[in-house]
Amino acid sequence: MSGLPKATGQMLERMVADCRGLAAKAADRLGGRVHLMEVCGTHSHAIARAGIRSLLGEAVRLVSGPGCPVCVTDAGQIDLCLELASRPDTILATFGDMVRVPGSQGTLAETRARGGSVKVVYSPMEAVKAAQEAPDRQVVMAGVGFETTAPTVACMVREADRLGLRNLSLLSAHKVVPPALRALVAAEEVALHGFICPGHVSVVIGSNAYRSIADEYGVPCVVAGFEPADILLAIRMLLQQVVDGDAKVENAYRRAVTPEGNRHAVEAMDSVFAVGEASWRGIGIIPGSGLLLREEWSAYDAMRRFALSAPEGYDHPACHCGEILRGARLPVECPAFGSACTPARPLGPCMVSSEGACAAEHRYQAA
Amino acid sequence: MRDLERVVLGHGGGGRLMQELIGDCLSVLGPANGLGQPNDAACVELPSRERLAFTTDSFVVSPLSFPGGDVGRLAVCGTVNDLAALGAQPLGLSLGLVIEEGLELETLAQITASIRGACEEAGTKILTGDTKVVERGAADRLFINTAGVGLIAPGVRLGGELAAEGDRVIINGPPADHALAILAAREELPLQGDFRSDCAPLNGLVAAMLDAGDGSVHTIRDLTRGGLAAGLNEIARQSGAHLEIVEDAVPLRPAARAACDLLGYDPLTMANEGKIVVLVAEDRAAAVLAAMRAHPLGQETAVIGEVKALGEARVTARTALGPTRIVDLPSGELLPRIC
Repeated sequence: MSGLPKATGQMLERMVADCRGLAAKAADRLGGRVHLMEVCGTHSHAIARAGIRSLLGEAVRLVSGPGCPVCVTDAGQIDLCLELASRPDTILATFGDMVRVPGSQGTLAETRARGGSVKVVYSPMEAVKAAQEAPDRQVVMAGVGFETTAPTVACMVREADRLGLRNLSLLSAHKVVPPALRALVAAEEVALHGFICPGHVSVVIGSNAYRSIADEYGVPCVVAGFEPADILLAIRMLLQQVVDGDAKVENAYRRAVTPEGNRHAVEAMDSVFAVGEASWRGIGIIPGSGLLLREEWSAYDAMRRFALSAPEGYDHPACHCGEILRGARLPVECPAFGSACTPARPLGPCMVSSEGACAAEHRYQAA
Repeated sequence: MRDLERVVLGHGGGGRLMQELIGDCLSVLGPANGLGQPNDAACVELPSRERLAFTTDSFVVSPLSFPGGDVGRLAVCGTVNDLAALGAQPLGLSLGLVIEEGLELETLAQITASIRGACEEAGTKILTGDTKVVERGAADRLFINTAGVGLIAPGVRLGGELAAEGDRVIINGPPADHALAILAAREELPLQGDFRSDCAPLNGLVAAMLDAGDGSVHTIRDLTRGGLAAGLNEIARQSGAHLEIVEDAVPLRPAARAACDLLGYDPLTMANEGKIVVLVAEDRAAAVLAAMRAHPLGQETAVIGEVKALGEARVTARTALGPTRIVDLPSGELLPRIC
């Protein structure tokens, strides 16, 4: 049984030791545990999978934030998807994660089993193809995701327009990350001493996008990659900032993330979407955090095309996804975790999505 | 939470939901029914004391052809490998075809040629068959069912219930290729990378292994739906064993790992069609490893873990950083129609 190359193993051990040492100093300085939040579902999974939480010791509490796009999607939005998928003349195109999230009338998987049309897509361009292949039906793309997915969905809308497709529309629940981080810090529900900033989102928006959080709110931000060593590096940099009393934006994922981000992707997003308010599960309305179709693209807005209004939505009373998404609870601190709520029988989205904090914790629970 | 009232795709995923479906709805067939039978094939003892392995499987993959194989090759290999997991060499297979109206004859001819080729590779043949044609929409182009019988050599006894403390856990090559090849073959996913299904009949490899193992091979599990994670969990439960693998010892291809990371899949739960996990007593592990590596379908064989203890059924993985974590059964729908 071979493990890692010896030098890599030694480097990782050294990083863990550094983190533990800095964590003790940082906790001393703060007079309590250091709270660091990761805001990316892929980070949640990588942290759980590598067992990083158990390595850091008691001085650090790593909490998950609103980093899983499906999880932060408002319950009412799920119900809209169920309604659209149940219409006989409509095909709902969605990313696979949404299929098992419970709404008030079951899940999209159950809707599909009852005869509803749900098409799981990996790329929004598949929705374009579905619309071309079914000209007598309406295809609605359930647009869920952050700055990582929004540019491709924007391209889908532009492509539909270029092709003159009149049977494709978008139900946008797209969101942007920085306003949510500001809202969490401002709410002061949880003391946050540093953000592990999302790698993929930062590829698009650039590390400069977090400046206001560091400058105005005094919370250190470090952009991280996804290998265990990347995450440990980011944690070490955050802890060093806490020890030094600093609050700045640093980049521990330079091989992919630049200060300015990906200009083409941002332009694509901006050409189709304007920011407006959005409702986040567990957090509520956050101004400037939603991506809404611009007026000139409103012909592709499913809400208008089908004269929809967002219903109240349904949250299972035993589900604590809201607190988990705000970093107020860890998944294992939810009474339903692993008992009433499991990946096979999820109560809420955090247990469903491959990016959900509860799914990660359940799948990779420490032995 | 409401109970699911209809079958959902997740029920077919080879994970927890499927176990519930078998437990809830099919248990009516009585305690003697083999649907919950935990090994890949049933063992039937004849009055002559000879033992037959018997199994059946249905194949509904979409698309019908993919790099590394097609539904015909899959239908032969799947059943041959289920027999091989009991240490049996195939005596013959049955072949049931459910064809949707409109299927091109040329496609059908290609698939039957591929069935014949796979049978020759496995040293077996189709002994009996059935063909049905259904109206358009009642099936998706072509569904195949195969059943197989095989003869278990005297003295060979294999099963998930036979894991012993100290057994080495061995896999015959990198997992996840089949599922990724199917995904890449679906045109909607522009997944680049040279993914080829590992679909292959493993009865030859198994025969070589059993020779080298000299009675010390305890368990062989065909790693199809649910992948390595499901296979290890089934063995753990059958034997009440704690299996531990070293995550970095699993010979995952870099491209497969990258693709799984990108798509949010756990490579340990990805389906295979030519991979087995083998439990061998420690003292014969080196001999079995050498015999497997000498076989064309086992060149990348690796020892990935061991049976730590008997008593409590669980599967754990030691991660790159040192901590261990639980390796759970996949819960439901992973990728529909991959086999």
